Amino acid sequence: MSALDIRNVTKAYGPTTVLDDISLTAESNEFIAFLGPSGCGKTTLLRMIAGLETVDSGQIHIGGQRIDELAPGERGVAMVFQHYALYPHMTIRENMAFGLKNIKTSKTEIDARIGEAARILEIEAFLDKKPGQLSGGQKQRVAIGRAIVKKPDIFLFDEPLSNLDAALRMRTRLELAQLRRRLKATMILVTHDQVEAMTLADRIVVIHGRKIQQVGTPMEIYGRPANRFVASFVGSPPMNFLPVTVSGAKAVATLSDGTVFATAITNLPESRSWELGLRPEHVRVNDTGVSAKVEFVERLGERTLIYARLSDGTAITAEDVGLSRLNMGDEVHLSIDAQAAHLFDADGRGYHAETA
Amino acid sequence: MLSAKAKTQLGNFLFVAPYMFVFAWLLVWPLMSGMGLSLFKADLFGGATFVGLENYGRLLSDPVFLQAVGNTFLFVLLCVPPLAIIPLILALLLNRSTRVAAFFRGVFFSSSVLSVTIVTLIWRMVLIPDGGFVANILAVFGLPPIPFFSDPGIVMGSMAIITVWWCLGLPMMLYLSALQQVPQDIYEAAALDNSRWWTTLTRITLPSISRTVVLVVIMQCVLQFQLFGQPQLITQGGPNGASRPIVLFIFEVGFRRWDIGYAAAASQILFAIILLVTLGQYLLTRKRTGDA
Repeated sequence: MSALDIRNVTKAYGPTTVLDDISLTAESNEFIAFLGPSGCGKTTLLRMIAGLETVDSGQIHIGGQRIDELAPGERGVAMVFQHYALYPHMTIRENMAFGLKNIKTSKTEIDARIGEAARILEIEAFLDKKPGQLSGGQKQRVAIGRAIVKKPDIFLFDEPLSNLDAALRMRTRLELAQLRRRLKATMILVTHDQVEAMTLADRIVVIHGRKIQQVGTPMEIYGRPANRFVASFVGSPPMNFLPVTVSGAKAVATLSDGTVFATAITNLPESRSWELGLRPEHVRVNDTGVSAKVEFVERLGERTLIYARLSDGTAITAEDVGLSRLNMGDEVHLSIDAQAAHLFDADGRGYHAETA
Repeated sequence: MLSAKAKTQLGNFLFVAPYMFVFAWLLVWPLMSGMGLSLFKADLFGGATFVGLENYGRLLSDPVFLQAVGNTFLFVLLCVPPLAIIPLILALLLNRSTRVAAFFRGVFFSSSVLSVTIVTLIWRMVLIPDGGFVANILAVFGLPPIPFFSDPGIVMGSMAIITVWWCLGLPMMLYLSALQQVPQDIYEAAALDNSRWWTTLTRITLPSISRTVVLVVIMQCVLQFQLFGQPQLITQGGPNGASRPIVLFIFEVGFRRWDIGYAAAASQILFAIILLVTLGQYLLTRKRTGDA
């Protein structure tokens, strides 16, 4: 029995459909990330699980029980809101106790749960303060604590790290990963940050244009993107796309300048056009290879990103060593690891080497 | 030469000077001269003799004034609680973005824009025992008319009903704007916390708008202690002084009997009452809500 089972869920606001026939299951103790650009409906899907949005059609089941017609509090879920949503006039202790008091949990049980959550999250020191006296990171811990004490079947996180500064975000991300190991609960995280999704989730659900684009482990999403959108959305800097012509059983791709790559991809169908997808780490500056002109150099320290243009005008991003001496305007040669390449047909569907 | 700091301070002062001048001229000066006047036996045609606190002594033993003070407190007690609670209920009901809600917000606010003359005209037609709206309805059920304006035990209640109807628009708007300041996600968190509507109202909504509740109560106290137009226009303070509030007393003494020193002394007492009541409420609520 799956922990969460979303069946053919559709949601529209007036004439605008935001989610169209979404189906998804999550196993018990699984960490799922909903990843997608702003406005793709990922938060709406989360809020439908929480009961804060109605479901137009379809069903949602948690632990085998249909919950999409229940009140939010009766679904066995706890949510951590983007802006924390702490009750400003209550102390931290009261904030955490509120939900438990409402279901008539005994005083000793409430105290025990708050004590445990406070210990895990290291917020014991300010249990008697009010939210206004805490920093953003501390409020975030309290919001997580308020979810933990409810011992929910599923934790829902709505972009929990987006209000934190870069350093704190990284630390909280790490803590979230540790917390997850300790709590052994099903968790769903909504994020537009691929690094969060890649580092935290067991499986990523990429959502775009009302539909689920792909569901897979982080490395599946990265290594075998189902389509051009997933390939371009996940990975930073994004994947290069070069128009090519394709021939042969083990596809041979030809650039417009005549350069030929033997890929490891087999069994391609017919398609009007093809694009070769290459991650920047598979395009390296070398002594030989495709010639290109450097347009911009980004020195990241441990590596250098080269934004260049091929002779036919196609933009390409390549990697060089950290101590690269290249400058804007230089002519370079790029060696391409065609074995790691992906191909995308005219509809954007992705094809990958068998052993990618 | 002025130092740089002194120059800045002078510059700052110049910005507030026009306001300070008008404030001093139109508010501080009349207040002070009123206080001064209360120490004189004076009438409107000149001729003032200093009598010290004699006016205050007379007031405290004047049964008409004491009755007016009692009437005023009764009136405030009768109409401030409804004026704090009814607009809150209306605001809770109308705090939504539907057209119907917008229409009713307009309806309930519309009475506030009427002048006291219109308000009393309307309510005289509603409450008057001789062919009034309420009397007609009672007659349908075979009941006798209620003497809303002629029974000393009822007349202040009638004034309170009229006043609540007239004044509930502004508190409702204040509550509405306060309710709209409460972040929506708190309510969503409460829904996920299994909070029923009564719990949400008492533990989430009311604490979130407590400052506005205090503001409304204090503001209505200040306003309703100054009751004047309604009894002046409907009953002229009758029957038997049962609807004469302090301001009407001041008006009669000052502008009918021209004893303006005595009227000024009564004004000072009203001023002191309002000041004490509002300060008391302020201190009380500040203590209770703590640092919130």
